[in-house]
Amino acid sequence: MLRHIVTRILFSIPTLLAVLTLVFLVVRVIPGDPAVAALGDYASKEAVEALRERMGLNDPLMVQYFRFLSDLLRGDLGKSMITGKPINEQVAYVLPYTLELTLVSILIGACLGIPLGVFTAVNRNNLIDYLGRLISLAGLSVPAFYFGILLILLFAVKLDVLPAVGGGDLKKPADNLNHLVLPALTLGLIMTTSVTRLTRSAMLDVLSADYVRTARAKGLKDRVVILKHALRSALVPIVSVIGLWAASLIGDSVMTEVVFSRPGLGKMLVGAIMQRDYTALQSVMVIYAAFVVVVNLLTDLTYGLIDPRISH
Amino acid sequence: MDQSTKTLPQPAVQLRSQRQRLWRTFIRNRTTIVGFVLVILIVLMSVFADDWFIALLQGRKAQPLLAPFDPAKQDTRNRLETPSKGHPMGLDTYGRDILSRIIYGGRVSLLVGICSVLLGGTIGTFLGIVAGYSGGKIENTIMRSVDVLMAFPSLIMGLMVLAVLGSGISKMIIAIGIMLSPSFARVVHSSTLAVKENEYVEAARSIGVGQFRMLRLHILPNVLGEVTVLASIWTANAIRIEANLSFIGLGVSPPTPAWGTMIRDGTQHLTNAPWISVFPGLAILITVFAFNLMGDGLRDILDPRLQV
Repeated sequence: MLRHIVTRILFSIPTLLAVLTLVFLVVRVIPGDPAVAALGDYASKEAVEALRERMGLNDPLMVQYFRFLSDLLRGDLGKSMITGKPINEQVAYVLPYTLELTLVSILIGACLGIPLGVFTAVNRNNLIDYLGRLISLAGLSVPAFYFGILLILLFAVKLDVLPAVGGGDLKKPADNLNHLVLPALTLGLIMTTSVTRLTRSAMLDVLSADYVRTARAKGLKDRVVILKHALRSALVPIVSVIGLWAASLIGDSVMTEVVFSRPGLGKMLVGAIMQRDYTALQSVMVIYAAFVVVVNLLTDLTYGLIDPRISH
Repeated sequence: MDQSTKTLPQPAVQLRSQRQRLWRTFIRNRTTIVGFVLVILIVLMSVFADDWFIALLQGRKAQPLLAPFDPAKQDTRNRLETPSKGHPMGLDTYGRDILSRIIYGGRVSLLVGICSVLLGGTIGTFLGIVAGYSGGKIENTIMRSVDVLMAFPSLIMGLMVLAVLGSGISKMIIAIGIMLSPSFARVVHSSTLAVKENEYVEAARSIGVGQFRMLRLHILPNVLGEVTVLASIWTANAIRIEANLSFIGLGVSPPTPAWGTMIRDGTQHLTNAPWISVFPGLAILITVFAFNLMGDGLRDILDPRLQV
């Protein structure tokens, strides 16, 4: 088992390195001069050249690449080209907002999606099942930003009970929670639909297994068979896949942060693209990609722990 | 090989019965039919938004056909007008008819959705099939590159490519196409690994069928089922991603109507004119839902193993 974990970690290092290299190269091929972007179109040639020198943009590409890697190893993300502030500070400010949004959304998705999935699987091919499947497919079809707008219209404009924009103050839990409700509902309900579909499918597989039939034949109550025998086995793939979805949830979290004007990595990324802030863009992409690589690694390791056959 | 297969008796009855089975599965699956009908209606609505085909022959500017008004025509005196008989979905900030803009806007969504899937599907299928069939170093190089590309969440990847290419419809197609290709490559790679173990592939190889011919005639046709299923599901996702990118402001330039851009314009007037955002959003929801219904049905018909 230990060997499997070590091998898997070692295998993820080249992937991470390749991802970092790709991010470095992509940012370098973005059209436009970062120094001009920082100083504005009317800056003098001398000022632009001086800034290029200071930013190390005149150095050979390999030198820039190794500097980029060594800065990352020291945990230094550089300075924003627009605000001039260290990106570490910006990330430290927005990261808690993105993390709380992602975690609460996953919690909503799991708490609602798993029972709904079990319910639709037990009522297979009933009206309830068809309705559940249609609703979950509709949930998969709705863009997060549009769903967010609909929630804003209902709860902020019509009922006026929740704030429409902002992230609230992290030091004031009530204010923070108030601002978290709508974005978390947006992402959480969308995730619920995916979890419902997955749980239904996993439960259908398990419900037709021999040991479930045996449990039924022994005369056990339906509730006991479903919750104790079937759901327990079905939960294994569900819990592992929910981890994987944390990575895919990032795309929707970007849009949710944009719609709710909420501080976060996603909003920072879009802002960096719009303002051509190359250092900020590079840093956010590195964080996102590293996050996905780590989540994939953890999911792989979880599979190994749950099902020992995989580690062999 | 071809000569020998030509002389073999063709299993016509079996083929016919398989086709009949597929057709019967299709007919029985009502939700799939609803999906297909909706997709056809949306495609027809977008294609015949104006009389471009007659205008092309007569050498004049196209006039609205299914759309009630020109999508760029402004009625500034009645801007932000509520939905009425004359304008069932109301007017936007510039007094443009929202229904007409939604009908025309479908062109952008469908064009980006379908073309990006064609692009991503072609690149991904090619890479997946070559990796799966070749094995060794080629497989390792291709599949590790796919792993690297898949480390980026799809929207982040799209944003990254658009940051390099700039905004616009063709760039969006390329961005989403590149973004989709790793998913296709991964699925086709695993299918190819399974297909190449079949006896008929072994038989073809033993009589000296060349690599290109083998991939084209024996491997590709057998992985196309899964590619079709994936393509229909990814068309839905591509339309959703296009809407996301347009909403951010990286889509087509105004005044060309696009659903995501229309929703974005409407967010300034959510309190006094919510219809500007609500109706284009419904259009996205219905279109993506229709493609998803169709994709789910195709999966049931063509690849029951993937059934959810």
